[in-house]
Amino acid sequence: MAVSRREFLQGGAAAAALILSGKKAEAGGADGSQMRTKGLKSSTTICPFCAVGCGLVVHTKNGKIVNIEGDTQHPINQGALCSKGSALFQVANNERRLQKVMYRAPGSDKFEEKSWDWALERIAQKMKETRDKSFKAKEINKKDNKEYVVNRTEGMAFLGGAGLDNEECYLWSKFARSMGVANLEHQARI
Amino acid sequence: MTNHWIDLKNSDAILAIGCNPAENHPISMKWIEQAMDNGGKLLAVDPRFTRTGSKADHYAQIRPGTDIAFLGGMINFALQNNMIHEEYVREYTNAAFIVNEKYDFNEGIFCSFDDQEKTYDPKAWAYAVDGAGNPKRDHSLKDPRCVFQLLKKHYSRYTVDMVCSITGTKKEDYIAVAKAFCATGRPDKAGTILYAMGITQSTHGTQNVRATAMLQMLLGNIGIAGGGVNALRGESNVQGSSDYGLLFHLLPGYLKSPEFDNVDLKAYLEKWTPKTKDAKSANWWGNTPKYTVSLLKAWYGDNATKENGFCYDYLPKRSGNYSFMKLMEKMGKGELQGLVCMGQNPAVGGPDSLKTREALGKLDWLVTVDLWETETSIFWKRPGVNPKDIKTEVFMLPAASSVEKEGSISNSGRWAQWRYKAVEPVADAKSDLWIINQFAKRMKKAYEKGGTFPEPITKLSWNYGPGEEPEVHLVAKEINGYFTKDMTIVDKDKTLEFKAGDQVPMFKYLQDDGSTVSGCWIYCGSYTKEGNQMARRDLADPTGLGMFPKWSWCWPVNRRIIYNRGSVNPDGVPFNPKRVVITWDALEKKWKGDVPDGPWPPMNDAKEGKYPFIMLPEGHGRLYALDMKDGPFPEHYEPVESPAKNLMSKTQTNPAVKIPANMTSDTAKYPFVGTTYRMTEHWQAGAMTRSLPWLVELVPTMFVEISQTLARAKGISNGDMVKVTTERGSIEAKALVTSRLKPFSVQGKEVEQVGLPWHFGYAGLATGDSGNVLTPSVGCANTSIPEFKAFLCNIEKGGKRA
Repeated sequence: MAVSRREFLQGGAAAAALILSGKKAEAGGADGSQMRTKGLKSSTTICPFCAVGCGLVVHTKNGKIVNIEGDTQHPINQGALCSKGSALFQVANNERRLQKVMYRAPGSDKFEEKSWDWALERIAQKMKETRDKSFKAKEINKKDNKEYVVNRTEGMAFLGGAGLDNEECYLWSKFARSMGVANLEHQARI
Repeated sequence: MTNHWIDLKNSDAILAIGCNPAENHPISMKWIEQAMDNGGKLLAVDPRFTRTGSKADHYAQIRPGTDIAFLGGMINFALQNNMIHEEYVREYTNAAFIVNEKYDFNEGIFCSFDDQEKTYDPKAWAYAVDGAGNPKRDHSLKDPRCVFQLLKKHYSRYTVDMVCSITGTKKEDYIAVAKAFCATGRPDKAGTILYAMGITQSTHGTQNVRATAMLQMLLGNIGIAGGGVNALRGESNVQGSSDYGLLFHLLPGYLKSPEFDNVDLKAYLEKWTPKTKDAKSANWWGNTPKYTVSLLKAWYGDNATKENGFCYDYLPKRSGNYSFMKLMEKMGKGELQGLVCMGQNPAVGGPDSLKTREALGKLDWLVTVDLWETETSIFWKRPGVNPKDIKTEVFMLPAASSVEKEGSISNSGRWAQWRYKAVEPVADAKSDLWIINQFAKRMKKAYEKGGTFPEPITKLSWNYGPGEEPEVHLVAKEINGYFTKDMTIVDKDKTLEFKAGDQVPMFKYLQDDGSTVSGCWIYCGSYTKEGNQMARRDLADPTGLGMFPKWSWCWPVNRRIIYNRGSVNPDGVPFNPKRVVITWDALEKKWKGDVPDGPWPPMNDAKEGKYPFIMLPEGHGRLYALDMKDGPFPEHYEPVESPAKNLMSKTQTNPAVKIPANMTSDTAKYPFVGTTYRMTEHWQAGAMTRSLPWLVELVPTMFVEISQTLARAKGISNGDMVKVTTERGSIEAKALVTSRLKPFSVQGKEVEQVGLPWHFGYAGLATGDSGNVLTPSVGCANTSIPEFKAFLCNIEKGGKRA
């Protein structure tokens, strides 16, 4: 069940009461509110860089992120951030972020914009072609010369996941194995 | 991590080896400094005098790739000076176990080595067993064939003089580190070992890690507050992505992915479910059938029945090695048609990256899912190539950032913490969850119409709500798991009633008959009837040790320090009364404190007591391993490219590693030791930081760090362009001349080192040559992690034209 903002703020306020600083939580919730963030919507997040797992508070105004700062209630970082964590704001607000689905045709010297539907259909077609062509139902093992059922797709590889959420990793694993993908690897191997 | 970040404050000695927390995990220093404020010692062991080194009580310089010599010497130091925690070693490790007569070790080679195949037969290293099938033991630790005596003999060769002549460490520095750390072998002291890629990225990386674990077991430092073996993980969710099995040899929850000869579910379970005849061993992996069947139920739902082996046949079966480097090799040979990169950038992140970039051009199609253009997604227009010659079709899909979606990530301390969506994704960007859902739904639709063996896809259970965005809470609930039918479970004196559809409260209730679903057993308990435990924000800290049991949720079963039965003596009394992790209440007959490693009473309880290392069939921590590919004890070998002869034996490099062609130890051509490293301002392959103006301003371009002596010898000044070359390729960068780097003393010669950050590439706002152009494609015998940290190179003034 989703935690509503109200429940979240209640949790935050209850937690705030336990903080050693003795400061009382203000009505802003998890954020020990300052003037410049007063009245803004806030939600918590965890830093996407290293795996210390520091907490941050994201402030939004009219659907835009206007401020991100360390979460003073977070027991690990207690509001502090390193230079990367402090720069999360520029991940969210950055003109270099990819805006559109881009496609580069074989031999072409440029990307062209495509719709999600077009790209996803073509990717699905490529995945299916590759799977159908490279699927190995059985193989003879070289050591014992016996035949084994292996049900494996050898023609494609799936990489990545250390930057994904757990729920995304789980579905990626589930999807990959259903496709018969043995070539499933990510950053932990390098 | 066996422990967690805040727990670092509880340490009396912190050994940071092959990691640099001050720069790469800066906030962890908050807790390290707290330990130091309380009198704890920080010991930094690194080739470079890092910022961690500059904060340390003792810094010891070490030549890259010689960690086993260093740690083996500490094992010897602890043994020779009687600094070990004797009771812990005798009772909780396999020190007392007797090894069979065949075990032998000679000149760097253990018994049963096949020189042709470069493999060992680990069966030859087995324990000697008694008539009942249990390993023989000698609690006096005096039997010459017991692990303790074999260990002592093995590491007696690792004298301080021998070690320092290998590692290049100054003797007084070495002794200072060894003394300070081994002093934690007392029951009332705690020492922690922190490590990162400096330990793992080696042809003997897994044995490096083992050496840290062995030292910690000898000192009684596993399972206690302020102790443990703690990997400082580099990506925000690399813990989670490993937990969820995104590696060729795994399924979620560290279940093994099936091998070709695990012909059916029965054979698979037979192979991967360890057995014990010792009633005192919990042998937790004995539950493998429950976790496997619950996983298959999560994947194939009602289609998975007892009669069809819960659709086990649908899983792919592996034959051999599909690790990252092997895949790149296959890609180079044109054996892969397609590649999907979910936020991974192999054109920068992998070794020998010129080869990888070439190999990408052999693909028929490439999909990249990322926030940014990466070197991988624009490989076809990289400097020096003509796009016309590259026939790969490329799909570059825009992904949402972490604040534009909802879900959990797991930090190094195994805390799964929930993140909220603050705003909609930018422009057309979509969450990875949405993208994966689209892949799956479209493949299902396509295979409904036919294709090769469509059932694994068409019968896949995929129900995450009716909306266009899959409901992340439904995914999280499936991961935790639920009952598929009404159940009554008797658990000791309690009778528990569950209805079909109820969330399973914890993994001890998972079943092997299809009555439970759980997508990843170790996360069972993360999303229960009480709601999403990962979103908890309660700051209660009842033990005062900083465990914060109601803040987020950690696997397994919210246990904050794993192997915590090692923190008490066999009667359940804490070794250290000042830092009580768990304690047995004999009156109430239950444990208090952290969630114990199993509910059973202490080990000495004649009826129900259990050994502390519950994940091993023998229940004892392994000072002597039975299942490594390169020997039961870590042994020093040189890195594949090395300026030194192995002084420890005639075996120069790890014998269980096959060496590729483009490597050389020709020091006339490549006289310097190269090593890659990370910095605070940039991250991994760079896409997430090299496009952020604030960070680019701090570190705008690639550089190469050298010592003042090397700079003088080569006529290089700070800021000059230099060219660095290895057998794989060359790069140019600015020279950074510092006193942080010093030459090593290697067998009477001074050998210089060259330090290279690896975060740069040709995409993004700040660009620069990639350090990994230089690194070799040779990896650890056990895990295939590349040896990024130690190779040979040359450096010349004057950039690429030099």
